[in-house]
Amino acid sequence: MASAVAEELIVRPRDPRLVPIAEKVHAGERLTREEGITLFETDDLLAVGALADHVNRRKNGDRVFFVANQHINPTNICILRATCVFCSYARRPKEEGAYTMTLEEAWAEADVVRDTPIREFHIVGGLHPKLRLEYYEELIRGLKERHPGVEIKALTAVEIAHLARIEKCSVEEVLLRLRAAGLDSMPGGGAEVFSKAVRATIADRKLAAEEWIDVHRTAHRLGIPTNCTMLYGHVETYADRIDHLLMLRDLQDETGGFLTYIPLAYHPDNNELGARLGRQGTATTGYDDLKNLAVGRLFLDNFDHIKAHWIMNTPKVSQVSLHFGVDDLEGTVVKERIYHEAGASTPQGLTFPEIIRLIKDAGKRPVERDALYNEIREW
Amino acid sequence: MSKPSMLNGGSAAEQRSLPILQTVAPRRRPATPEGAAGARAPAARVEYVPPPLHTRPHAAEIEAWLHEATQTPLLELAARADALRRAKVPGDVVTYIVDRNINYTNLCVTDCRFCAFYRRPKDDEAYVLSYEEIGRKIDEAKELGAVQILIQGGHNPYLPLDWYLGLLRYIKEHHPIHVHGFSASEIEMMTRVSKLPLDEVLLQLHQAGLDSMPGAGAEILVDAVRDVIAPKKIDASRWLEIHEAAHEIGMLTTATMMYGVGEVWEDRLEHLFKLRESQKRSLARGAGHYTAFIAWSFQPLHTEMEGWGIELGTGMDYLRMTALSRLILDNFDNVQVSYVTQGPKMAQLALTFGANDFGSVMIEENVVSAAGTDFIMPESEIRRLIEDAGFTPRRRYQDYSLFEDGDEGCPCCARRGAAALP
Repeated sequence: MASAVAEELIVRPRDPRLVPIAEKVHAGERLTREEGITLFETDDLLAVGALADHVNRRKNGDRVFFVANQHINPTNICILRATCVFCSYARRPKEEGAYTMTLEEAWAEADVVRDTPIREFHIVGGLHPKLRLEYYEELIRGLKERHPGVEIKALTAVEIAHLARIEKCSVEEVLLRLRAAGLDSMPGGGAEVFSKAVRATIADRKLAAEEWIDVHRTAHRLGIPTNCTMLYGHVETYADRIDHLLMLRDLQDETGGFLTYIPLAYHPDNNELGARLGRQGTATTGYDDLKNLAVGRLFLDNFDHIKAHWIMNTPKVSQVSLHFGVDDLEGTVVKERIYHEAGASTPQGLTFPEIIRLIKDAGKRPVERDALYNEIREW
Repeated sequence: MSKPSMLNGGSAAEQRSLPILQTVAPRRRPATPEGAAGARAPAARVEYVPPPLHTRPHAAEIEAWLHEATQTPLLELAARADALRRAKVPGDVVTYIVDRNINYTNLCVTDCRFCAFYRRPKDDEAYVLSYEEIGRKIDEAKELGAVQILIQGGHNPYLPLDWYLGLLRYIKEHHPIHVHGFSASEIEMMTRVSKLPLDEVLLQLHQAGLDSMPGAGAEILVDAVRDVIAPKKIDASRWLEIHEAAHEIGMLTTATMMYGVGEVWEDRLEHLFKLRESQKRSLARGAGHYTAFIAWSFQPLHTEMEGWGIELGTGMDYLRMTALSRLILDNFDNVQVSYVTQGPKMAQLALTFGANDFGSVMIEENVVSAAGTDFIMPESEIRRLIEDAGFTPRRRYQDYSLFEDGDEGCPCCARRGAAALP
């Protein structure tokens, strides 16, 4: 621990392997695959967190972004119902609990927030075999007409590719038509873990890694910014996680189109994978949640924002994560469905004042943003 | 205070015949607009005015630590607490105890506004467990590997001291196990009912089989706060006096704090400094002492304070409290997490913020779950969380000695030996 940087650190690493990594981080140098894996392997959570915090403060100061948003899930019917074994949300068309909103129903759900300062609709759902592109175009157009000030972040790469397949057209065409209808940005779901072996186990037949990346590359080329995610805490290895982050980092180098990275915690209840792994009732740990956020911040050196999803991590861990490299909190959400089917015991929505208090109580400055991270107001 | 005379030394059968001592199972009343205790009208919120700093005991220390407590970057505070924890607890061991919480009565006349568990004397949900039921619960717990029971209840003026002494003798004779029981405010009720001096009550309890005392009822050890949240409960100095008296006769006790009740940081610090001084006195006397400190945040559901609009404890609060308690309570060996109130994720994180003990694998828990929080975990899950954080999980006894396979019961009880039994 002779290094000058290590002496200066607020949290001096207990794990000597972190010393050279700390030096690189302080020098603003890019981390290698092996260094990324070390960050996951070490149990020196505080040192990893302090490094991530250092990088985050350099980029974002004390600011923490959040958006007043509402989630809308138009359908839970999904052709991957049988093969995405980690999912508790999807249903077969005739299965109990299956639903598809009519356009009127989806618009009515959005109308609930008419008098609130909602800035973003987050729209994701299953891969419905019969819902055509036109439905989504109408949905988005209708929302824009009814809520002209609200930005639309809709449809994951997996849904976009599915629509291209059933419309027998290109991904680019789907994206152009959706953008014409009012699409502003795309969420980062469906990435899961890019490793072929992992996908074969948890999401066989889902869009492959290169295809997922390609949809996002196309979106970025068309000027549609997107988010990206990783679903951790099931069968993946630390190397799988870092390889996943490498692919995201590479595309970001190429396009600069990613807005934020969101690690998503796997929830083992009510799905086949959880039963197969004997993991029901055991969520990811607080350690793993903070590690994934902090490593995301350190490894994705070309991302401005790292987002914590309080629905999965709990509001308490999300608040703490603001000191582990996170500068972005999932918004108000209003009514979360997908993770609550998988046993999440968190609230289904947080109010505006609750989020602001969470951020202020962490000693940070709450900045309300729009979907494109433009600052609307500091609270 | 009138008490039914036939209760004195009454057998379990006699107790059951009394209407006030129904042996009903604990039930949970759904939230009512009237508040926790049913028929009573909820008390209006009392505005809390924190005492000025210069009027507080330990004012200089509070002032010196205030900035530290609130402004030090979270991870810096954590690293200091973690270093101290690693220096104090050999190896990377995180301990826990397998025990059962037995709440012998929920009848209580203290009306604490933060409590969802208690029932007033005339409430049809008020209960007292019989000796036999308590014995049965102990046997079930021992089957599952429990090495102690935590026995606590309301402040029940209808139970004479002999009921407690009889219970302890009954347990030690028929269901022997380490008895960690009766918080300071219950002891106070026993002294009032028996009209005996505190030392005498404690000695009789200890001789009848009470092995150690839990630290409940401390809440915030600042009378101005207590006046708002628990005006009828013993004051701060009495709480400390009772613990020190227990230490004096050789008992080990724990200490707690319930924060997030509307107090200010000065109150939390005053609480910690009072505990540190109390521990210093007890250690100087050389008999018993505090083994551990446990902090948790107020859980509001179904309590009178539910509608008070208090800003509840956040994740930051919990980790700062854990780290500060490790740093300030430098004469305490152990800091426990509270997974029951904070959830498994936060409890695991607390292990790097100064805590070294996961508390108990509870086979039964009624008090916190009455207030709407219900994180109960099996032992396997507790072990997984400890290992995932890079520590070695070890079962322990109440005195923090480690459990070894093949042990024949609690070593501290064995040391006390037959002399402690009737």
